[in-house]
Amino acid sequence: MKKSKSTPHLSVIHRFWFIPAIAAVAGIGYGLEAGLNAYAMSLLANTGISILLAISLNWVIGITGQFSLGHAGLMAVGAYTSALLSLRLAPALSLTGLTGFAESAVFSVNLLIAGLVAAFFGFLLGLPSLRLKGDYLAIVTLGFGEVIRVLFLNIDAFGGARGLPGIPNSTHFFDVFSWVLIAVLIFSRILNSPEGRALKAVREDPIAAQALGIELFQFKLKAFVLGAFFAGVAGGLYAHFLQYINPQGFDFNRSFEIMIMVVLGGMGSLTGSVVAATLLTILKEALRPLQEITHIDFRMILYSLALIILMLLRPQGLFGSKELSLTFLKRLGGKR
Amino acid sequence: MFRQNPSRLTFALAAVLALSFSACKKKESTETSAASSSTILIGEVGSLTGSEATFGISTHNGIDLALKQINAAGGIGGKQVQVVTIDNQSKNDETALATSKLITQNHVVAVLGEVASSRSLVMAPIAQQNQVPMISPSSTNPKVTQVGDYIFRTSFIDPFQGEVMARFASENLKAKKLAILKDVKSDYSMGLSQFFIEQLKKSGGEIVIEQSYAAGDLDFKSQLTAIRAKSPDAIFVPGYYTEVGLVARQARELGMKMPLLGGDGWDSPKLYEIGGKAIENSYFSNHYSHEDQSPRVQEFVKNYKAAYGATPDGLAAMGFDAMMVLAEALKKTPDLDHKKLRDAIAATKDHPGVTGMLTLNSERNPIKPAVVLKVENNQSKFVATISPSAAPTK
Repeated sequence: MKKSKSTPHLSVIHRFWFIPAIAAVAGIGYGLEAGLNAYAMSLLANTGISILLAISLNWVIGITGQFSLGHAGLMAVGAYTSALLSLRLAPALSLTGLTGFAESAVFSVNLLIAGLVAAFFGFLLGLPSLRLKGDYLAIVTLGFGEVIRVLFLNIDAFGGARGLPGIPNSTHFFDVFSWVLIAVLIFSRILNSPEGRALKAVREDPIAAQALGIELFQFKLKAFVLGAFFAGVAGGLYAHFLQYINPQGFDFNRSFEIMIMVVLGGMGSLTGSVVAATLLTILKEALRPLQEITHIDFRMILYSLALIILMLLRPQGLFGSKELSLTFLKRLGGKR
Repeated sequence: MFRQNPSRLTFALAAVLALSFSACKKKESTETSAASSSTILIGEVGSLTGSEATFGISTHNGIDLALKQINAAGGIGGKQVQVVTIDNQSKNDETALATSKLITQNHVVAVLGEVASSRSLVMAPIAQQNQVPMISPSSTNPKVTQVGDYIFRTSFIDPFQGEVMARFASENLKAKKLAILKDVKSDYSMGLSQFFIEQLKKSGGEIVIEQSYAAGDLDFKSQLTAIRAKSPDAIFVPGYYTEVGLVARQARELGMKMPLLGGDGWDSPKLYEIGGKAIENSYFSNHYSHEDQSPRVQEFVKNYKAAYGATPDGLAAMGFDAMMVLAEALKKTPDLDHKKLRDAIAATKDHPGVTGMLTLNSERNPIKPAVVLKVENNQSKFVATISPSAAPTK
């Protein structure tokens, strides 16, 4: 059920708008890197990673309706895979000390592998657990996240409790935001396709969806694996941003942090997740001076207060399940 | 089933999470404003809330005490010193942002932190890339200072304690035959054992048996029976307090009377809770003892008690020393140039610290003494100070 058949050249722009978009990200990235200081850049990178985590979790929870609390575990898989590739494999292939385009290219391959490994783990996790519903699924995925963390804690080759230091500093603005762009692109394209509507049907009414001939389990699993892929990529970006990872960084608090972003933005709204992830990451830093002036950390109190008020006034989250900017972007693309 | 009532569930979830967030209150204050020419700004990243808060607050108090003394004495080169403290909630990501904020927004001349080696490993690459000197007061993982030439520490590193206990065993306890019971899962324990063995051989001692366990084990009887058969003079157990307490109990049950030896992993009130009577008359190495009668230590203890109403622990002493080492280096670099400051810190020699005379070696690790404590009546009593041998430890 395509909305409208557009003229061929328009559909080309429509289909490949991400190429100029990625070029723009690269341009903005290099511009910002020159103009902004390291703190602002790392705040931006942090924001991008949060966005990636939030939209990939929202894909599972909001769009497909599968309540998963194991996102930190999948992120950990990606982070460790990516870090080990950089620390163990890259020196063997003499792919270290690269800069500029070569670095980004190698890093993209690295992240792709990290994402695929995380997706594989997502597949393994989804296979038994996606047959469960609601609370049961939440508990199983929460357990999975902890199992992953404890595994990394106990395997010496992965650094154990001491973690993995010395990961190269490869996460730049361009890497983060081109992946954010890719994720948004893929998610939004699927969302507006028959498969996307099938996923929403699975969320809204599984029985009716099944009656319509939708393979419930298969759709859930596909969505889950895709979400896991981007969680893994985000993990890889995180590892190369922090340059050090240890299992402590992937405990269930991390899953909850991502969950808050999803809930705040509105479950089922990718736009909402992007906005909420940006808002929360920047808000936490923006409130820091307040702590320096008042000598008391109001940060967490205000942060919690904002959440409570928002949930009282807008329980469906900032955006509910609406996608504001996407239609806007499309309209923009259509006019051109 | 979840989708049918999302609003109520999400609200409940948000409320619970919000409460858990607000539970992490911050206790310590921060002094800062924009950098001015009449003050010297130093950054501190500390775990003032979160899982390692007790360590972080002790360290912060130590730094704060040093700061007050420096400013009371007229500051450095006529300038007052200010420490900008950022709480990282014992989290890695917060540490990264806090460190780059201190360096790029506050323009601090140097950063102090962190207690935990893991978070020092997050800070170190950022400090190194920005060429800002960093001193970790108490991270003992050897990898921290290996990050680069701008990274220093003022605590000794893990392997040194192995050497200390070996020398204590052969020189003070006159033990000849020693047994080792190590934790195979921990780098810390393995490092201590390795250097214990090396040093013991040099001092003419003998390892009669080596046994191992894994952290989390509850039963050590088979290892202990094997050790009993060799009747050693003492057993070196370089683990953490939980397992050590159990090992002590089970050893006494098996009728083994020899003392146990260990490192700073024993330093917790839990040791006495778990070990009880069984852990009495055992010895472990630590960074400092508040019972040390040297005037430097006693003056520090007196001042600290007056300021914070508590007996300073090792972390407070190390925080104090880190700040003082930095202050000494700042005195030598009036123009506050990062490179010159780095060189001045690297040149630290025979600094009279609370935790002993401190000299930084070429690997930016301190050469300084350790203290050995004896467990008596559920307390640790100061026994001896062991200075490092001439050769710098790794």
